[in-house]
Amino acid sequence: MSTTAKDTDPKTETAEAVAPLPTAVAQKRQSPWRAPLAFLAMGAALVAVGMFQSLPVALAILNMSLISAVMAMGLNLQWGYAGLFNAGVMGFTALGGLAAVVISHPPVWEALSAGGRGMALSGVIVIAIIATTAFLATALKGRLRSLAIFVVIVVGYVVLRPVFGDAVNAIEAVDPARTGFIGGLGLPITVAWLAGGVFAAAVAWLIGKVALGLRSDYLAIATLGIAEIVIAVLKNEDWLARGVKNVTGLARPLPVPYEIELQQKQWFIDLVSRFHASALAAAPDTAAREVMLRQMLIDGASSYVKIAYAILFTVVLLIILALCVRALNSPWGRMMRAIRDNEEAASAMGKDIKARHLQIFVLGSAIIGIAGAMMTTLDGQFTPGTYNPLRFTFLIWVMVIVGGSGNNLGAVLGGFLIWFVWVEAEPAGRLIVQLMSSNMDQNSALYHHLQDIAAPFRLFVMGLVLLIVMRFAPRGLLPEKVRHS
Amino acid sequence: MPDATDLLNALVLMTNYVFVPALSYGSQLALGALGVTLVFGILRFANFAHGDLMAFGTTMTILITWVLQANGITFGILPTALLALVPAIAATAIVAILIDKMVFSFYRKRRAAPVVLVIASVGVMFMLSAIVRFIMGTEDRRFTDGERFLVRALEFKKWSGLNEGLAIQTTQAITVVVTLAVVIALFLFLNRTRTGKAMRAYSDNEDLALLSGINPDRVVMVTWIIAAALATIAGALYGLDKSFKPFTYLQLLLPIFAAAIVGGIGEPVGAVVGGYIVAFSEVMLTYAYKKFATYLLPDQWAPDGLLQFLSTDYKFAISFIILVVVLLIRPTGIFRGKVL
Repeated sequence: MSTTAKDTDPKTETAEAVAPLPTAVAQKRQSPWRAPLAFLAMGAALVAVGMFQSLPVALAILNMSLISAVMAMGLNLQWGYAGLFNAGVMGFTALGGLAAVVISHPPVWEALSAGGRGMALSGVIVIAIIATTAFLATALKGRLRSLAIFVVIVVGYVVLRPVFGDAVNAIEAVDPARTGFIGGLGLPITVAWLAGGVFAAAVAWLIGKVALGLRSDYLAIATLGIAEIVIAVLKNEDWLARGVKNVTGLARPLPVPYEIELQQKQWFIDLVSRFHASALAAAPDTAAREVMLRQMLIDGASSYVKIAYAILFTVVLLIILALCVRALNSPWGRMMRAIRDNEEAASAMGKDIKARHLQIFVLGSAIIGIAGAMMTTLDGQFTPGTYNPLRFTFLIWVMVIVGGSGNNLGAVLGGFLIWFVWVEAEPAGRLIVQLMSSNMDQNSALYHHLQDIAAPFRLFVMGLVLLIVMRFAPRGLLPEKVRHS
Repeated sequence: MPDATDLLNALVLMTNYVFVPALSYGSQLALGALGVTLVFGILRFANFAHGDLMAFGTTMTILITWVLQANGITFGILPTALLALVPAIAATAIVAILIDKMVFSFYRKRRAAPVVLVIASVGVMFMLSAIVRFIMGTEDRRFTDGERFLVRALEFKKWSGLNEGLAIQTTQAITVVVTLAVVIALFLFLNRTRTGKAMRAYSDNEDLALLSGINPDRVVMVTWIIAAALATIAGALYGLDKSFKPFTYLQLLLPIFAAAIVGGIGEPVGAVVGGYIVAFSEVMLTYAYKKFATYLLPDQWAPDGLLQFLSTDYKFAISFIILVVVLLIRPTGIFRGKVL
């Protein structure tokens, strides 16, 4: 609507756009007990779920909370440290999941011998196209350059299409009910966590190159797009990771046993019987005791596996947390905050804003990729059809904003709290529905309609929590601490 | 050489499978992008809740359609939903204004960074999508009635004697006609009326507009009314054309933003042009040209493959690629909107 939009002062525009929240303003001193108390309350809530709802539910929440906390830390790096709006968390998470398949699944040799050569040739062609384009971009100028690049891409596409198509058909034809994809490298799945970070970082670098340096909303929309594309590719390229047919039965990381094997181990049987000694002793006869022990073994094995995962995830969480905290308190972290709070001034001090933004964007995405790989490991399967932006992008945003952007502990707390609410909102919604419809005619249309409300109730709660926190505690539950020397 | 019948057949084929669907989809995108661009131009933030505002508007349309149908009121050969649009727009506009009063105005008054408003719009998006699901559930719903086709494929074949049929659904025709009317009305409003001019002035330079006595609250309110109207119309037309599923509206967000940015965000003409650019590229790049080629080429040149550039599953990728190309070549968009 305005043809003269350029005359709005560009300086105020960018400075205002980038700073997420002004941290340089005078702050109220906050109690040093705030963070420990918040985490204690969170722990108490989990224990309460374990005691009053069920232990497996509590452990499941704990595991996903740990993973969510890692994701939130990655996003916090981008948003809290640098003010970058990444709306593509879902894409980076899925790339981590892909890494889990590509690294840990054993290779499918028949598929590789059928289509491996064609696939390799396609790879060579793609590299050739990219190399030629890059060469032309530096060697030529003006209209000739655009024309040459266009011709190279079109010719390359025409050459690539049949080679790639044949390879894909050959691979997908190999036992499509069970495999039909190239498989992976057959390495331990913990390697995949690192690889997930690398995958996500590579894609983040590409997208950052294009979209960084413009106003932050642009990055948001570009990342929203890249996430959709990543999911579309994963859903449709069956040769890569079976698409919507899913890859199931992924290997577990080394310290985590399988329930069936664990139930046979003598030390585990001893452990369980010692743990439940009094209950077993109360059993009337040996047969009843056997049945009781069997059930205890099944429950115990499932909990044992979940706890093993939780320990593993906690280790990763603590490593990343330590690195993030160190980074934030280092000169590098100070530089990042300086850039966030006043780009002009930081630029005047000789800081390369675009390069630093790219750096932190790549780092943050890598952390999200690691978390994505961990999540796929926990599930034991890769299901591209289940990724949706509300759950995997915007929910992580709620975690960071509610926890306190710019504060790593805040991001961790946000991850725990929001995941807890997300899981528990559904039973809460069901309870509310029950109360509302308790003295209603069971056959009426309204009664049936009300029963469907419980599921979207969590979306409602999330929106409400986000808006309330933004309004009344805009710096989150654990605000960023700023030390002025 | 292909003879005249083959040429005509090819032409009808393209019209049926590319031109007509792209035109109606483009109209829906254009209306959506107009809403996004207006909110961006005047309130200065990218409204992530626009997709769900569309879903909400459609929900209202469907509810009122049901009420009308229950009372035996229909719109002849046209879908009853068209009658329901007017009260639905009013309801959606009230909700939009309420949302603004409760959420956005707080941040606007404090002159918060635009990105804070974007995050607030994410919160609104969550709540609106929940409300839509509360009311409608998550299943697929069709709410079109009246005459289904304007031109039927079989009748067209009989009439023209061609191999290829041409089918134009009533909803497609309505989409195009309604879009045309709405766009013309909006441009007249923005260029001729006092309020419209005030809105343009406010978007161009807020301080100067305030200085010349324009009431900002009124401008904001009118903006939300128009945005809600556009969202409702776009959403209802999309729902009539395809079907109503709550989550598709979140997926529409990307092509809509792409359309707004391609044309130049904050620039109404750009939003309309951008909508058609995105829609036509999507449809044309995912259409399989095999049959088209067999009509035009001699038999021995007949293609083996489908002649499809991209599989239809990648239509999101197309709006994204357009977005990236525009970002690289001309970040202000075709019509030189504001640089996002």
